Amino acid sequence: MVNQVRMKAENVNFYYGRTHALKNINLDIYANQVTAIIGPSGCGKSTFIRLLNRMNELIPNTVLNGVIFLDNQDIFSSAVDPVEIRRRIGMVFQKPNPFPKSIFENIAYGLQVNGIKDRSFIENKVVESLKKAALWEEVEKRLHQSALALSGGQQQRLCIARALAVEPEVILFDEPCASLDPISTAKIEELILELKKQYTIVIVTHNMQQAARVSDYTAFFLLGELIEFDKTQNLFTAPKDKKTEAYITGRFG
Amino acid sequence: MERHFDEELSDLKKDLLRMGSLVEKSIIDSIEALKHLSDSEANKVIADDRVIDEFELKIDETCLDLLALRQPVALDLRFITMTMKISTDLERMADLAVDIAQRVLELTGKPLLKPLIDIPALSGLAQQMIRDVLDAFVKEDVALAKSVILRDKDADTLRDCVQSELLNEYICKNKSNIPRAVPLLLIARHLERICDHATNIAEDIIYMVEAKVVKHHPEKLQNGN
Repeated sequence: MVNQVRMKAENVNFYYGRTHALKNINLDIYANQVTAIIGPSGCGKSTFIRLLNRMNELIPNTVLNGVIFLDNQDIFSSAVDPVEIRRRIGMVFQKPNPFPKSIFENIAYGLQVNGIKDRSFIENKVVESLKKAALWEEVEKRLHQSALALSGGQQQRLCIARALAVEPEVILFDEPCASLDPISTAKIEELILELKKQYTIVIVTHNMQQAARVSDYTAFFLLGELIEFDKTQNLFTAPKDKKTEAYITGRFG
Repeated sequence: MERHFDEELSDLKKDLLRMGSLVEKSIIDSIEALKHLSDSEANKVIADDRVIDEFELKIDETCLDLLALRQPVALDLRFITMTMKISTDLERMADLAVDIAQRVLELTGKPLLKPLIDIPALSGLAQQMIRDVLDAFVKEDVALAKSVILRDKDADTLRDCVQSELLNEYICKNKSNIPRAVPLLLIARHLERICDHATNIAEDIIYMVEAKVVKHHPEKLQNGN
């Protein structure tokens, strides 16, 4: 079976001022697959994932060359609305960042911002999103309590539910388990495996075992370059590049 | 960066080599016992096998510990998993040396049916294959491992020579030769099986070093794949 390409980076170069943070990256993101991006701190992996939904353009003094496509559409084209791109390509961050509002309002917010006023539609969507994020059973009796009262793992699943509510196609995870305990981490990983049936997923992680567990494809970045991209099972059993081998076996440096 | 893990891998490698040299010695000793038709030498091979069994258990345990605790990937993963498989093959080779020693016990007390010619040649081939395969393991030498695999057919040929000579020249001509011919037939078969295990190990070494599966794909050896 040949995987369908959902997103595509073509000759992508990115600069923070004079710093050349990404060097000629060419990478395909396959539909309904989990793509993991690994590499040491400062390798450009977070920069790359943030480009995928135009988060970096909020940072002043940056330059992008090259093209990033979502289904053959250049997401940086002037005809494209960045807010719409960020709806279609959702993001979950390292630290859970719920709004200081109720659980219900956290999820309803994205819908309201998108102009939806139908109360029953919103209520249904909140329930559906919480169920998809495997959080419903834990919060169904306290939807109107503050989201900040939830545990870290629950808050992270709430952020995932919030991303799902606006019906994205791609979900970007930037180190989603960095601040979670092993049980919460396992829940998020299970959730990612469940979500890929419906969404295309990209995950940046420092945890190589996590990349091995959840991803179908892995990209290894080093000093702004894409060193190796392959099926995860190939990359972790028989990496082709010596630099990949050194990094994943901990011989790096 | 130096890793403490490298020391553990190096210890594991040393254990496998110690086991390998014991297996090599066991095969040599079993053939010496045959040459001397010596009960005591044959019994020593049988008794010494216990040490090799202990090595297999120790290596398996170390490999499982490293898999669980270090969660190895890439070359480390291939090294540990192949070491586990190689130790199984080595242990089987030692069992075959024990089988040879048991055949020797069936032969002692009577003169040999015929002078030994092809069996020592087959034994020499087996010993060289083991030595080379252990060398290939230490040096991660794929070319040497390939040469071991290619020698397997020579072992088959020598075993066939022993078989057809014993069958045609001795068993068919005089039934009373059977008790002294069958153990020799079996010894040739045991030696050929030892060469098969050396070949398995050579295939595992190629996978360990290059991550290429040549097992059951002999064509991959030829075209430099």
